Amino acid sequence: MGTRLINFKLNGRPVSIEVKDNELLINVLRDRLGVLSPKYGCGIGECGACTVLLDGEPVLSCLTLAVEVDGREITTVEGLAKDGKLHPVQEAFIEEGAIQCGYCTPGFILVAKRLLEEVKNPSEERIREYVRGNLCRCTGYVNIIKAIKRAAEKISGGKA
Amino acid sequence: MLKSPGPKLDPNKANTHILPEFKYLAPRTVEEAIELLSKYGEEAKVLAGGTDLLVRMKQGVLRPKYLISINRIKELSYIEDRGDHVAIGAATKLRALERSDLIKELFPALHEAVESMAGVQIRNMGTIGGNLCNASPAADTAPPLLVFEAEVVIAGPNGRRVVPITQFFTGPGKTVMARNELLIEVRVPKPVKPTGSAFIKIARVAMDLAKVNIAVALRMNGNVVEDVKVALGSVAPTPMRAYRTEEFLKGKELTEDVMWEAAKIVRTEVKPITDIRSTAEYRREVSGVILVDALKKAIDRLGR
Repeated sequence: MGTRLINFKLNGRPVSIEVKDNELLINVLRDRLGVLSPKYGCGIGECGACTVLLDGEPVLSCLTLAVEVDGREITTVEGLAKDGKLHPVQEAFIEEGAIQCGYCTPGFILVAKRLLEEVKNPSEERIREYVRGNLCRCTGYVNIIKAIKRAAEKISGGKA
Repeated sequence: MLKSPGPKLDPNKANTHILPEFKYLAPRTVEEAIELLSKYGEEAKVLAGGTDLLVRMKQGVLRPKYLISINRIKELSYIEDRGDHVAIGAATKLRALERSDLIKELFPALHEAVESMAGVQIRNMGTIGGNLCNASPAADTAPPLLVFEAEVVIAGPNGRRVVPITQFFTGPGKTVMARNELLIEVRVPKPVKPTGSAFIKIARVAMDLAKVNIAVALRMNGNVVEDVKVALGSVAPTPMRAYRTEEFLKGKELTEDVMWEAAKIVRTEVKPITDIRSTAEYRREVSGVILVDALKKAIDRLGR
């Protein structure tokens, strides 16, 4: 088994790191780069807790080989705030109390961010459909959906 | 630039969710990939989206010594209008299919099938080729491709061959492909006449694999069925066409009675088993019900 040097952008900053062939992106992020927002939940693609954005699209970092992100761009919730101001989705999650234990939160926030880039004012059905790959075991879905709606309003700058 | 702290894994803190060791190979062309497959044979696995392969490796079901990633092969990801058919590169992400207007317009059943799969993250990772090559009897892209009579292009050391999708699956997890072959393209013929198609999946929750899935493609001549194709998944060792049901429906008016008669026939055609997701009895029963639902949906779409 080999190692190789990979280069990628992490939250806008260039990273250069030697990784083993079998290293998973989540472990490189958490154990070696100190980026702790992606969480290890199920490890088999069922829960969405490890979600990161790869070139802007949500993927599972627990099923992504680190070698495969060479030359690409990774965004985690650590990279969402701009000039010390939280992203509207982050603000909305706080305001709606959409966080209980917090384990699923980073995954939900990234997926919600992507959804709102695709659809300005998504219906509740669309929101639920879009976040179906993310599990919240505190069962806080009601507030999570509310938060995503609120974020949509914030982003579009008015009432939906 | 962030400096790499280098590998440091405290065994007590190391995450147990890790992958067994393997050598990672990333060919840049189909030919290179075929060479590697020929060289490593049984010891190698093709890595596309990884959403199935890596899970099985974590679970210890598969222990390949080499992973041949096809993700750096640029020529494998595309959706192309080629006049009489649409060509889809094998490494095309499910999400790209979902977002393609061409697919949505021409092949609604395929669009619906892809949309129904897992969560958005998995659809951003998984590929159409991966879904087919895993050859799960429950593969959601299979029934629509069966009713549209798609073909797949397989590359090997001696060139390329085209195989009808109806002959592609040979058993659970098995296809006609040899160890040193690579699926490179899926070709879906465009319907020559107005065709209504639909896909329906019965699963426990939205993220689940199908207990049963079905696709139909329907062409009418006035009030009678001119042609119909029906395919089901998760009810036999491979995704299957329901030929007897199709024959029964041809030339008939699609009345409630006729459709429920067809439901009886499809129940005799499927060969379901009982497993972790459902029982044989339930699968058989519901196959008939979703046939009727899918036919109605297809008629509606034709009407529009």
